[in-house]
Amino acid sequence: MSEIVLYTILTVTAVGVTAATILYFAAQKFKVFEDPRIDQVEEALPSANCGGCGYPGCRNFADACVKADNLDSLFCPVGGNETMAKVAKILGKEVAQQAPKVAVVKCNGQPKFRARINVYDGPISCTIEHMMGAGDTACQYGCLGGGECVEACKFDAIHMNPNTMLPEVIDELCTACGACVVACPRDIIELRTKNKKDRKIFVSCVSQDKGATTTKVCQVGCIGCSKCLKVCEYDAITIGNNLAFIDSDKCRLCRKCVDVCPTNSILEIGFPPRKLKKEDSGADINQSNA
Amino acid sequence: MLRTFPKGGVHPPENKISADKPIEILPLPKQVAIPVSQHIGAPAKIIVNRKDKVKVGQIIASSGGFVSANIHSSVSGTIAKIDKVFDTSGYRKDVVIIDVEGDEWDDNILKSNDLIKQISYSKEEILKKITEAGIVGLGGATFPTHVKLAVPGGKKADILIINGVECEPYLTSDHRLMMEKSSELMVGTQLLMKALGVDKAIIGIENNKPDAIEKLTTLSKGFQGIEIQALKVKYPQGGEKQLIKAIINREVPSGALPIDVGAVVHNVGTAFAVYEAVQKNKPLFERVVTVTGKFVKSPKNLLVRIGTPTMQLIDAAGGLPENTGKVISGGPMMGKALNSLDAPVAKGTSGILLLSKDEAFRAETKACIRCAKCVNVCPMGLEPFLLMTVGERKIWDRMENERVMDCIECGSCSFVCPSNRPLLDYIRLGKNKVGQIIRQRKSN
Amino acid sequence: MSKLLSLALSPHEKGKESVSRLMYDVLIALLPAFIVAIFFYGLGAIIISLTAVISAIVFEYLITRYILKKPSTVMDGSAALTGLLIAFNVPSNLNPFLVVLGSFIAIAVAKMSFGGIGNNIFNPALVARVFLLISFPVQMTSWPVPIENRMKYLDAITGPTALGQLKEGVMNGQNVPAIISQMPSQMDMFLGQMTGSLGEVSALALIIGLIYMLIRGVISWHIPITIFTTVFLMQGGLWLANPGAFADPVFHLISGGLMLGAIFMATDYVTSPMNKKAMVYYALGIGVLTVVIRNFGAYPEGVSFAILIMNAVVPILNRYVKPKRFGEIIKNGK
Repeated sequence: MSEIVLYTILTVTAVGVTAATILYFAAQKFKVFEDPRIDQVEEALPSANCGGCGYPGCRNFADACVKADNLDSLFCPVGGNETMAKVAKILGKEVAQQAPKVAVVKCNGQPKFRARINVYDGPISCTIEHMMGAGDTACQYGCLGGGECVEACKFDAIHMNPNTMLPEVIDELCTACGACVVACPRDIIELRTKNKKDRKIFVSCVSQDKGATTTKVCQVGCIGCSKCLKVCEYDAITIGNNLAFIDSDKCRLCRKCVDVCPTNSILEIGFPPRKLKKEDSGADINQSNA
Repeated sequence: MLRTFPKGGVHPPENKISADKPIEILPLPKQVAIPVSQHIGAPAKIIVNRKDKVKVGQIIASSGGFVSANIHSSVSGTIAKIDKVFDTSGYRKDVVIIDVEGDEWDDNILKSNDLIKQISYSKEEILKKITEAGIVGLGGATFPTHVKLAVPGGKKADILIINGVECEPYLTSDHRLMMEKSSELMVGTQLLMKALGVDKAIIGIENNKPDAIEKLTTLSKGFQGIEIQALKVKYPQGGEKQLIKAIINREVPSGALPIDVGAVVHNVGTAFAVYEAVQKNKPLFERVVTVTGKFVKSPKNLLVRIGTPTMQLIDAAGGLPENTGKVISGGPMMGKALNSLDAPVAKGTSGILLLSKDEAFRAETKACIRCAKCVNVCPMGLEPFLLMTVGERKIWDRMENERVMDCIECGSCSFVCPSNRPLLDYIRLGKNKVGQIIRQRKSN
Repeated sequence: MSKLLSLALSPHEKGKESVSRLMYDVLIALLPAFIVAIFFYGLGAIIISLTAVISAIVFEYLITRYILKKPSTVMDGSAALTGLLIAFNVPSNLNPFLVVLGSFIAIAVAKMSFGGIGNNIFNPALVARVFLLISFPVQMTSWPVPIENRMKYLDAITGPTALGQLKEGVMNGQNVPAIISQMPSQMDMFLGQMTGSLGEVSALALIIGLIYMLIRGVISWHIPITIFTTVFLMQGGLWLANPGAFADPVFHLISGGLMLGAIFMATDYVTSPMNKKAMVYYALGIGVLTVVIRNFGAYPEGVSFAILIMNAVVPILNRYVKPKRFGEIIKNGK
């Protein structure tokens, strides 16, 4: 009996030693040198693996950071400036501060504003619906409501509002990784510079149709009338393809454009209730009319 | 002997309700909207302005590139405006809107209906006339005909196949054309043969049109080099690759064109348009459209000017029935659902099909039971169930490896699926995305 | 315009096939075998079938309704089919509690825990059969003698199956022709007059079901015919090599669960491969394994094990055996 135990122990030990030796030499032979800083940088990154930086994962981004001569074209939108400062410190490189951004859904085509003229009957997928034309409303630029942006978001920061049937971004959770921007087949979502207190003013429409067509299909579509362009004092507004665009870097949040927009397609979000500034804005309208 | 393609295929109910209805001429509409992109390729460039007077057959938009086609006015009158309206693609596209005044034809067009059998043009002249007439594939793919006839260097066509299959259920426009314009069709085929430089042409017709087979077979004895081949009924026999396989048993390689196996396929409608363009100087501005549906009052085959609003065709067939649930431009298997009844008839519109509310909506999607029916019916030997699963998960490279780009979008898989799964929708999604990736890779 | 039109990508037409139509077609194809079972086993056949079908449907309903909280899939007929197949795979004097347990294993363990219809790897009815066979070998291997037990149920007089007799005889060193000479004639076996599980006895009735399913296009011929051919050829080879030690191929084709397995179990949509080429490989594997288990294994009966083993291979077959693509030959020939 004891012999069996002995042999067992000996055999197992022999197998173990042989395997260990083979493994040791294999490890020596196939060893790959890796810059230890890659691990350090990866540690500093948020490990969200969202792809917002343009690389397939955090490790690839870390690798790129280590190999790059400067960090100008590299930025982790999720970690923001804080993380990039850490990365720069590890690598001993300079990094420029970048303004934080947030995703904004540029369509306000709620059912009450935008009539459904047809019934889409296919699978729930924005891209598929987009392939077959304008979809169930007559607007060929607006939100289709399939929720592919919601699916794409890894931070749970975008949700469909069942009442408006449009996606809504939760600013606190949004990391501006851009996954929703890529997912949207109609390019409705835009990354805009974050303003103080999460206030934002933007043209909530991407329709390039002529004004007459836009008004026919949607009550809150931008018709490219240029009224906002005239009232803006900071040159933040440009008009192209029958569509106004507010540059978030230049906008000073004065809200004059909101008041003059005839179709209410410019939205203001995060501001205190309107009453406080009623007199000012009234004066603004008078001025622009004069 | 009846032939057919060996792999896959389905047998949807034929429903050729309007098969014995002669072609009627639709009265001129009050206003037409002529789209400038009625073909695959670059949209044509508009060369007229507002308030211009135009005649029937006058060119209003010129070819916008190599793969493109001229667009001609289908009516005489004044150009009201250049605008964007919904066309059959479901998007608002540029159109030329013309107010109709009288019916004054361009002077060069021979209006008589006499058959001109004598071919007095050289190969180059025929090609030039086809190019000028803006002829595109009238079977539905709308690929510019002159591009198809320009055989690229190093390749040689040895046979012309004329597609008279009309495998789509309901549609009968090609059938009627073969019955009523058979001699013109024959001359058109000879013109195409001359343009291609081949001495053999086969007209493939499915066995459910015995009258057309008989008539053309008798006629073909008077035309050298043209044969008629009867085919067993099976969808999608009208697909180029399937038709070539069925008639001459050559298999077009994946990713290649029919010309790579020495064959060129044209639709009977195209052959007729070629006849009119070459022998009568008549550009492509009208076509035969089937207006049909199980509950349409009087299904019809109509000769329609391009740009006529769809609603007018439906009115001619007895008006829009109360319980219409879907209006389709084309046939039930490959047609496009229209989102606006004002969409103008384009060169590729072979039919307007009305479905009732019961027929229009899809049944509830259930789980895949892996019955493999989609694999068995796929004429391209693909695995639709797998493509859909992969497509739902957005794994585009796997989709490419599974040969999604080979799909001819015939719809057999979705047709046969017992769980009502939207297989083709996801395959189309995959083709769309993989196509983008391939284009990107090529440009890099 | 107030009328809302439906928008969807083509095709706009749908064939008549539906999951329930397919499942009910299989049920209809099982009818002849069921009638034969009632003729030979009477009361027991009816009790067992009803218990199995009803319990399978109830389990499916309860699980979809209360655990998965999904719309119930009871109406598509797949649970009823699984139940009936379980009944067909057990002796007609089985305790009803064991039948219910079998249904539970099939529906809850083999089907629903994988995510319901379409997602299971193994054939639920076979999992139930093998589970019962291994857990309750005595009850599962005492088959009532046909006809004389028509009005009896649990108290039926039992006897061995042809394959069991064969295996035992061979173990005892008897000559195969001598064992077979004690059994009913091959014609009787073909019609179903032999001991065995409920539905497997009559090869004739099962073949009628196969022909019905082929005509209706429910299954293709590839799986059953390949299994028959493989078993016939392989067993024929063994038999010709040594007629004293191996039974003849026809005996193996009509005895035991081979017909039932090849026609109804191996062709189960969910657990069989997705293209014809792979189906042939799959059926080939089942045929070879069946012959090997029957002749050289410990169990007299090998079809269930063969099918379950090949079920596990199906994902690999699906991954690597692709249908012939259109336009591929020429490309490779270049």
